[in-house]
Amino acid sequence: MPEGAAGMQATQARRPLLEYLRAIGAVIWKDVLAEFRSRELLSAMLVFSLLVILIFNFALELDIRARETIASGVLWVTFAFAGTLGLNRSMAIEKDRGCLDGLLLAPVDRSAIFFGKAIGNLIFMGLVEVIVLPIFSVLYNMNLFQSGLLLVVLLGSIGYVAVGTLLASMAVHARTRDVLLPILLFPVAIPVLLAAVKASNGFLQAAEMADIWPWLNLLIVYDVIFVAVAFMVFDFVVEE
Amino acid sequence: MIEVKGLVKTFGPKPVLRGLDFTVAEGEFVALLGPNGAGKTTFLRILATLSRPRIGTVRIAGYILPGGASAVRRRLGVVSHQPLLYGDLSAEENLHFYGRMYALENRTERVREVLELVGLYPRRRDLVREFSRGMQQRLAIGRAVMHRPVILLFDEPHTGLDQDARSMLDELLREITSGGRTVVMTTHDLDRAAELADRVDILSRGKIEASVKNAAMDVVGLQKLYREVTHA
Repeated sequence: MPEGAAGMQATQARRPLLEYLRAIGAVIWKDVLAEFRSRELLSAMLVFSLLVILIFNFALELDIRARETIASGVLWVTFAFAGTLGLNRSMAIEKDRGCLDGLLLAPVDRSAIFFGKAIGNLIFMGLVEVIVLPIFSVLYNMNLFQSGLLLVVLLGSIGYVAVGTLLASMAVHARTRDVLLPILLFPVAIPVLLAAVKASNGFLQAAEMADIWPWLNLLIVYDVIFVAVAFMVFDFVVEE
Repeated sequence: MIEVKGLVKTFGPKPVLRGLDFTVAEGEFVALLGPNGAGKTTFLRILATLSRPRIGTVRIAGYILPGGASAVRRRLGVVSHQPLLYGDLSAEENLHFYGRMYALENRTERVREVLELVGLYPRRRDLVREFSRGMQQRLAIGRAVMHRPVILLFDEPHTGLDQDARSMLDELLREITSGGRTVVMTTHDLDRAAELADRVDILSRGKIEASVKNAAMDVVGLQKLYREVTHA
């Protein structure tokens, strides 16, 4: 008979799903509150995103035709690079003061930590996108506020953040984590980025839905795969 | 309460723990001494379920690791030389966060109790990054005892503290370990080990090379034994 029952709360074993969701909520709450105080992550992502779209805007100013065809690529390059900055910082905060150990010591399924961190990262990426999209619309003279395109942005962000959070938790143990994350992430995220660029381009060029659907399907499939894989392997990835 | 048999841990080709055997009875306070690189932190991380053994059996509170890790974590409180606290959250918010992670009931009341225990209630709304190292370490102990663990693991808790902060921490350690908790503490401080612990084990070259009960312990003898064991 295991010892130490005195240290247990009676309700702990009875409501595993509630506790799981509560742990996810706690991690999200903590990340959002800490970011609200420091504004380190969001400001870095936002400034970087604005610089990228401005640089591309100036570089492509004279060639309007080229700008129209590559706008979706510019948009996703912006989101991908800004997202990498955020993912790196989000895990570095956990590692710097040993907080990752604090999280791993909690008696919850470690996938709850993954989902909490991933949803937190998705919120930050979403906030950056909400600010960047109108500015992008004005600078590139395009209507990005189409429901289809917004769906692509959401699906692309989910896939990118899912695999990014997993790889960031792997890279965080390395001294060269800032360099390591993009090297690990970009090759793995190519299917998501490719599908997102193609689907976004389809909506921007007002293509037929029949041409866009395969890319949307690919995005959905990769989202499901990345989330499922991250859920299964996170426990092993975060351990030494 | 803690039973370790034939524990081996390697990092790449380098062995850190080489068939380590270790036992701690319920309510016992064991100090683990050893030179830098002896494997103290690695061993404590395995006990804390943060690292997996390569070979060997680790049984804590009746659960075998790594299978019973989640159940063990409910019973463990860990204090390391890093605070495991978020600098951009206040003392109160940090404890609330960990309270949520441990699904504690009556969390608000428990947070208040713990803040009073570690003497930080008046500073509860201050951000942790504004705290001194000593205050952070007191709050780290508060975090570790929030869920009323029956086993406490301390990894060099005095590191980086000045004399006043060390004395205050000692007082706090005596207070929280007086309730029959099982404690394992790694330290380089022989005086403190002799003063606080029921037993002192010396870890060297990946094994427990010597073990001394408190009744048979004097600091001079302990220093001599430590030199003999670690320089042999």
